[in-house]
Amino acid sequence: MTYKADFRIWRGDTDGGELRDFKVEVNEGEVVLDIIHRLQATQAPDLAVRWNCKAGKCGSCSAEINGRPRLLCMTRMSTFAPDEVVTVTPMRTFPVIRDLVTDVSFNYAKARQVPSFTPPEGLKPGEYRMQQVDVERSQEFRKCIECFLCQNTCHVIRDFEDNKAAFSGPRFLMRIAELDMHPLDVADRQKAAQEEHGLGLCNITKCCTDVCPEHIHITDNALIPMKERVADRKYDPLVWLGNKIRRRGSGD
Amino acid sequence: MSEVERHSYDVVVIGAGGAGLRAAIEARTRGLRTAVVCKSLFGKAHTVMAEGGIAASMGNVNSQDGWKVHFRDTMRGGKFLNHWRMAELHAKEAPDRVWELESWGALFDRTADGRISQRNFGGHEYPRLAHVGDRTGLELIRTLQQRIVALQQEDEREFGDPEARLKVFQECTVTRLLTVPDAGSEAGNRIAGAFGYWRESGRFTVFDAPAVVLATGGIGKGFKVTSNSWEYTGDGQALALLAGAPLINMEFVQFHPTGMVWPPSVKGILVTESVRGDGGVLLNSEGKRFMFRYIPDVFKEKYAQTPAEGDRWYTDQENNRRPPELLPRDEVARAINSEVKAGRGSPHGGVFLTVVGRMAGGTEEIRRKLPSMYHQFKELADVDITAEAMEVGPTCHYVMGGIAVDPDTAATPGVLGLYAAGEVAGGMHGSNRLGGNSLSDLLVFGRRAGEHAARYAEEIGEARREAAQEQLDAAEAEALAPFAVESAENPYTVHQELQQTMNDLVGIIRREGEMTEALTRLDELKARAAKAGVEGHRQYNPGWHLALDLRNMLLVCECVARSALERQESRGGHTRDDFPAMSAEWRRVVLACSIVDPDAETLSVRLTRGEAVPMRADLLELFERDELTKYLTDAELPGKDG
Repeated sequence: MTYKADFRIWRGDTDGGELRDFKVEVNEGEVVLDIIHRLQATQAPDLAVRWNCKAGKCGSCSAEINGRPRLLCMTRMSTFAPDEVVTVTPMRTFPVIRDLVTDVSFNYAKARQVPSFTPPEGLKPGEYRMQQVDVERSQEFRKCIECFLCQNTCHVIRDFEDNKAAFSGPRFLMRIAELDMHPLDVADRQKAAQEEHGLGLCNITKCCTDVCPEHIHITDNALIPMKERVADRKYDPLVWLGNKIRRRGSGD
Repeated sequence: MSEVERHSYDVVVIGAGGAGLRAAIEARTRGLRTAVVCKSLFGKAHTVMAEGGIAASMGNVNSQDGWKVHFRDTMRGGKFLNHWRMAELHAKEAPDRVWELESWGALFDRTADGRISQRNFGGHEYPRLAHVGDRTGLELIRTLQQRIVALQQEDEREFGDPEARLKVFQECTVTRLLTVPDAGSEAGNRIAGAFGYWRESGRFTVFDAPAVVLATGGIGKGFKVTSNSWEYTGDGQALALLAGAPLINMEFVQFHPTGMVWPPSVKGILVTESVRGDGGVLLNSEGKRFMFRYIPDVFKEKYAQTPAEGDRWYTDQENNRRPPELLPRDEVARAINSEVKAGRGSPHGGVFLTVVGRMAGGTEEIRRKLPSMYHQFKELADVDITAEAMEVGPTCHYVMGGIAVDPDTAATPGVLGLYAAGEVAGGMHGSNRLGGNSLSDLLVFGRRAGEHAARYAEEIGEARREAAQEQLDAAEAEALAPFAVESAENPYTVHQELQQTMNDLVGIIRREGEMTEALTRLDELKARAAKAGVEGHRQYNPGWHLALDLRNMLLVCECVARSALERQESRGGHTRDDFPAMSAEWRRVVLACSIVDPDAETLSVRLTRGEAVPMRADLLELFERDELTKYLTDAELPGKDG
């Protein structure tokens, strides 16, 4: 079944831009990215869009379709009525570079602030022993394809630019949870999650989980357990006492 | 020429997939200032699409496995055309490369006793592939990415600058390697750096460096039906050719047997071999497991003759032989092609692949073992693989050929200071790559390339020189040419016609007449590509980027077509309808491609014949003489020359 669809695509750059209307052919089984590619090949050769795998595995083609954060390659045209206008805009939380391409360097900066995996001292490669049931929790988070749709949708930074410095966003709070739940990671992750990455700013509205194309339970399995671990420690009388003694001992 | 941005490094790695990142980690760990330059965002490289696993003979599931068995399987899979030294190094070093990933945070699936689990795959005698469900490539790329971040954190602590010794230049495309004259190399020059442009701004940038590692992956975007992403435009192969380093074995292109065939927009997207490794079977329209009719003589003794024996093998490998669905990929792809041709295909021109009722744990086990496949079919094709069969057919997946390299150092013989690793390099996989051997190849030879590029950069020390200004001017003029063209061709149209040509005329089954026709069409396309013009300006302009990529695709496609026309036999990823037999004489022939005159207005490819290096005696001894007679000439067989 072939038909002509109405598309509205945001075109512009750092100086501003506007929605432009296109009429474009759609064939059976196609996804929004196919339509963008057809526009490039026939009507707008310089229409900027990021994409790589076109199979939902690399997380490059993130954008907003009719206002909803989605991967262009995993959004099938059959989810729209043939007479429905399909509006495609760049991710709103990040600065626009051109058309559908945004500057996502915020995410790479945040990634660099999370201390890396820290194995026990003396454990040699090849000697690692872990049970499947124990690695599965972190494995769920490692399914993340870094499309940054969760970062884009999280209202803590979507609506409040000022929070960007203090808040790492769901992707990187989940990365901290992943390391915290890694059976062999020995670093202390909980204090930093709260104090340096803004875990407390998250008020578990689950928007991140809703938009995750990998269906990772970011809120339920990463953020809430992380909050619980932080809370347990904060209010655990033994931990409290230990901290007091240590602090006194070190002279602060 | 206007003032151009310049960066000075010891080692520049082009490409940020598994091989490039591993090379960069190695060079930086040795203390050298290293740059990674990549076309996409950091962490998006094509490696993320690898699904099944990393082949390494750790012996965690079957303790009889070891490097010798892995080496044998690799040589058999490649029909003995592999450079045996690369296959040897690969088999020996792969386990260490996997264990190292674990120490950098990778979380592989586990065995019951807590070690890394290993799964069955086509052509591998024992369960050998370390894996994470069916998203192993993502785990590999993320682990290497996070390792790079860890090294940057170290530099932050030591120098106050995370990028002091290792920096990633993302969304930056290299269009030319820079060289200076040097009498010590075959092409008479050595590396001085690389020239490229920022995709975001369109501005040019120069990297001054004595050593460059090419790790740019494959060429699949020259074909219409492919599992490859947009980046796979043969950049590294073309850069090497233009700098004076030859390509070998370019006729060997792997068509993965199982790509999606429906709907049309997803045609070619990969369906992992793990589907078969975990019990999936191939059926034709009559519901028959047809693979039993396609076991070639060289593999007769290794594969089950009946479905019952094949099924028993999954639980008892000691007393049964593996099912023929797990033959090497070239065999399975040809079999599917034959079934479809014989009119026994599926409705959309493929065959059926099903896991329904094939796993003891039922629906739940399918979803646990093949989560991405479940997701992919559900979302893109409305097919529930726990209840229905998939439709699959061959898709262009991998190029075995590539830049000629020294097996131990990954150095190109053509140009001093130029190294290549991963899919862009040739030799390791012979005429056909086994599934799972790619990820291990990336790590083993990525590390070696990084090591030797670093050593070379250290040795050259003060003798390093910058490229002459004329080279930079020429590179800039070449890159800007599409803006100056009048009566412009549409680069997208030229690309589509190139893909159609390669698909139709130099595809899975090849004939002399068709390949000659392909070469004529490639010449025409070359002329049209030279006239490909672009609209708009230089800032993030995909039309311009494609116009520049066309040069590379056309060059490598010509190499494929010329080599394929020349090789008059069928072997692995090169099947000639007019020469269906495998020839021991041809096994010794290595076809090499170079460029006649890299400064010419129109670039053309020259083909030369070389001879394969004879296999070391102790490695020959790993095979039965009977098996060797299937591949080698009488003169090559052990014990003949006394």
